[in-house]
Amino acid sequence: MSTVVKAGGTVVDYVDQRLGIAQFMKRSLNKVFPDHWSFMLGEIALYSFIVLLLSGTYLTLWFKPSMTEIIYDGSYLPLNGIKMSESFASTLNISFDVRGGLLMRQIHHWAALFFMVAITVHLLRVFFTGAFRKPREFNWAIGAGLLTLGILEGFAGYSLPDDLLSGTGLRIAQGIVLSIPIVGTWAQFLLFGGEFPGVDFIPRLYTVHVLLIPGIFLALISAHLMMVWHQKHTQYPGPGRTEKNVVGFPLLPVYMAKAGGFFFIVFGVTTLLAGLVTINPIWAFGPYTPDQISAGSQPDWYMGWLDGAVRLTPNWEWNIGAYSISWNVFLPTVVLPGIIFTLLGVYPWIEKWATGDNREHNLLDRPRNAPTRTAIGVMAISFYGMLWISGGNDILATTFGLSINTITYTLRVAIFIVPALAFMITKRICLSLQRRDREKLLHGIESGNILRTPEGEFIEIHTPLPAKDRAKILAKVDHVPIAIESGVDENGVARPLRSIKGAQARFSRWYYGDNVALPSPEELAAAEAHAAHELHDHGSVLEDFKNLEMTSEPVLHSPAIGGHQSNSHQH
Amino acid sequence: MSDLTTTNTGAADGDHGHHGHDGATAGEHAEHAEHTELVLPNGRPAPAPLPHEPRRADIDPTAAKRAERQVSIMFTLAILLFLLFVVAYAAVDKTTVIALPAIGTMSASNLTLGVTFGLAIFLIGAGAIHWAKKLMPDVEVVQLRHDLVSEPQDRAEALEIFDAGAVDSGFGQRRIIRRTLIAAMALFPIPLVVILRDLWVTPPDSPTPSALLKETIWTKGERIVTDGSYQPIRPEDIPVGGLVNVVPASLLEVEETEGNLNARAKASSIIVRMRPEEIRSQQGGTPEEPWDYQGILVFSKICTHVGCPISLYQKRTHQLLCPCHQSTFDLADSAKVVFGPAARPMPQLAVTVDSEGYLVARGDFQSHIGPSFWEQGS
Repeated sequence: MSTVVKAGGTVVDYVDQRLGIAQFMKRSLNKVFPDHWSFMLGEIALYSFIVLLLSGTYLTLWFKPSMTEIIYDGSYLPLNGIKMSESFASTLNISFDVRGGLLMRQIHHWAALFFMVAITVHLLRVFFTGAFRKPREFNWAIGAGLLTLGILEGFAGYSLPDDLLSGTGLRIAQGIVLSIPIVGTWAQFLLFGGEFPGVDFIPRLYTVHVLLIPGIFLALISAHLMMVWHQKHTQYPGPGRTEKNVVGFPLLPVYMAKAGGFFFIVFGVTTLLAGLVTINPIWAFGPYTPDQISAGSQPDWYMGWLDGAVRLTPNWEWNIGAYSISWNVFLPTVVLPGIIFTLLGVYPWIEKWATGDNREHNLLDRPRNAPTRTAIGVMAISFYGMLWISGGNDILATTFGLSINTITYTLRVAIFIVPALAFMITKRICLSLQRRDREKLLHGIESGNILRTPEGEFIEIHTPLPAKDRAKILAKVDHVPIAIESGVDENGVARPLRSIKGAQARFSRWYYGDNVALPSPEELAAAEAHAAHELHDHGSVLEDFKNLEMTSEPVLHSPAIGGHQSNSHQH
Repeated sequence: MSDLTTTNTGAADGDHGHHGHDGATAGEHAEHAEHTELVLPNGRPAPAPLPHEPRRADIDPTAAKRAERQVSIMFTLAILLFLLFVVAYAAVDKTTVIALPAIGTMSASNLTLGVTFGLAIFLIGAGAIHWAKKLMPDVEVVQLRHDLVSEPQDRAEALEIFDAGAVDSGFGQRRIIRRTLIAAMALFPIPLVVILRDLWVTPPDSPTPSALLKETIWTKGERIVTDGSYQPIRPEDIPVGGLVNVVPASLLEVEETEGNLNARAKASSIIVRMRPEEIRSQQGGTPEEPWDYQGILVFSKICTHVGCPISLYQKRTHQLLCPCHQSTFDLADSAKVVFGPAARPMPQLAVTVDSEGYLVARGDFQSHIGPSFWEQGS
């Protein structure tokens, strides 16, 4: 035993005598985690969050969240003598007078962008593989909450420097609050401490950004991780994997090294990017003033879809007596996100209602095997994509020399048509892939080798599926839609809640109705017998053919790749 | 990182016992799980695990030695880069800017600090992962999942304890206690919410928010001055087709006393001039006293959609386009909305000239500037 290991043991002994951690260590240190590249997406989000906490703490040391107007006097000469808020001046100070300050600012901003990308892609992975199903519904809902909070936190963060771009964002936020019926005007006055822009909003936003939301984040992320730990991670179907086991690598040492190392990779890439690529150059935007703006203003990427929704909504405004409802602002910025995030959060329960499925799921679905779910997901992505494109309609117009009006009118129609098309096409593709899986199970893979038998018959040789692929395909579950019950029970008495049950059955049929069933065990056996028969019929020719194939690839016998030789011709 | 997808399932070959993974609680660990007995959710037998294939470093000591060397080189480079970071912090001048191909101009300090620090931590991560992938055991381990639902007996006992506690507390029987407690708890948030009322401290003359939103500092006879240089304007200074950003002459003084940008956010305006015959309609005025002055029209600069300042003006069509959400207003036709999400026209300011021949306002805007709100019509 090396001295290092011995020292570790001494520490464990010391702590165990006081906290009794051996029991926990015994259970935890060899906990198995399955391995797959897509499981790292959530890790990227987590590590970006840690980088955000670290870099953000440094920024608070120099940032002054104050809207008091001062005259700038610092290292950035082009703005010397200009009136600006202390927020903006201290951000310039961090960027030009504090060594490493700009690095921390850029790390913070890049990490925020990565954080949101990672959360989004992680969410898509979880959605398309059905990882949100029982028992993981709570964790899905927490994740949806984290995404929503992330958008708010990001917006709060980039609004703090009080530059021309972010100030314009706050101006729009003020318009959004004003659009809320009945309470909007008062809500705006309370939030801003009076009229826009006032001097209270940025200090208040600062507290929300550095204390309130990060606190909620910490609590939710802890709960998220504890649940993953307790419920054990899901895994993809494959050889040796079932609902009842988890196949992968133990926490100590492999996962600790890989996951720990990955944190440093994420931190390192973020820092390198912060050193090499300028982001949010507030000094180029200038200080905020409510009567100036630059054309082509764009928010950070995760806000773009909301901006697009605002651009697309027609100018509907209702005037009822003395009161007004600005649907043109309220609909795309409050109602739409409200509906989207609610649907997102409750999706596991919607799907469960359709499937009536109360089993635990630890094996992930392949997206093709849940065609309706996958189609819903792609539909949502295309809807989001249409909004995001709308958010850049001015950039599109100037880049491609198109009319902004034409683009907007087209997108107002496309926002309904494209997602519907995306749904139908995706579902078809999924079903085709299922059909192909079935083919592969029954007939193997086309080898591309055509054989002419002595009788003159031409046949294409099919090679059986590799065990790994076969295991993946065979794990598919052929769901059966909920049957529509008759309106009366066996005694002829009308069933209560029949209409709800009927709706559920119809929903279920819509959800599960299209499916290409796996071949039955009998069909599989028959296919195997057929293949064996074929082999018997043409056996000698096939053997000759195989020998020919071997000798036609002499490189396989080269000693340079010796180790691989033995298994390169398993089929 | 993409090759983290190693799927060599080697649980059945039993050679991971010596790695020390056999210490889990009973029922949680399947040392030699018999896969043939296990079934998939669709009722089919679970396919057997594939045999484990050893890596180069597992069978070739030179390969293992090489991997060890690679990992330690990465860690050593990280040490050097951390030291270089400190050198760069002390030595590189913070105002020096360097131009790099494909990257553009960049602070030399930011570049050197970012590259040394970033590369150093990246190498720590890369080293650790290389170590794990090449040298740590790559035999996949199988653990059994335990049922998440509690044992029926534990459940029954837990429910029993809960029921007993509920009965002992008397929460069910003592109705008066229960009801008053629920009522008291319902009122608990009231003080916490009420205190928030003074997030906006109402000024002494206690105006309502909607009243404040409806007024600006423009008054009758107020001179219209250029924004930035604060010069009064004569009609002959404005060419036909021109646009000038303007503010009320009193703005500087108001900003000085109030110490915020609120007045500017509401009073900011634009002057445009067109030939009088091009004006098809205006928001007010009579033929004798039109709101324009010889084709000079003044409008609010703040978009009626969500408040962005607008000054993208196309003089041929007399259209004003908001850069935020592309609302378009026809200034020759009462600033009506011709495209985009805005619902109300840009408010017009009636103008004339004073005795010295400078442009002045004839009063405040007749309709409120900026975004719509609930009480705007009252």
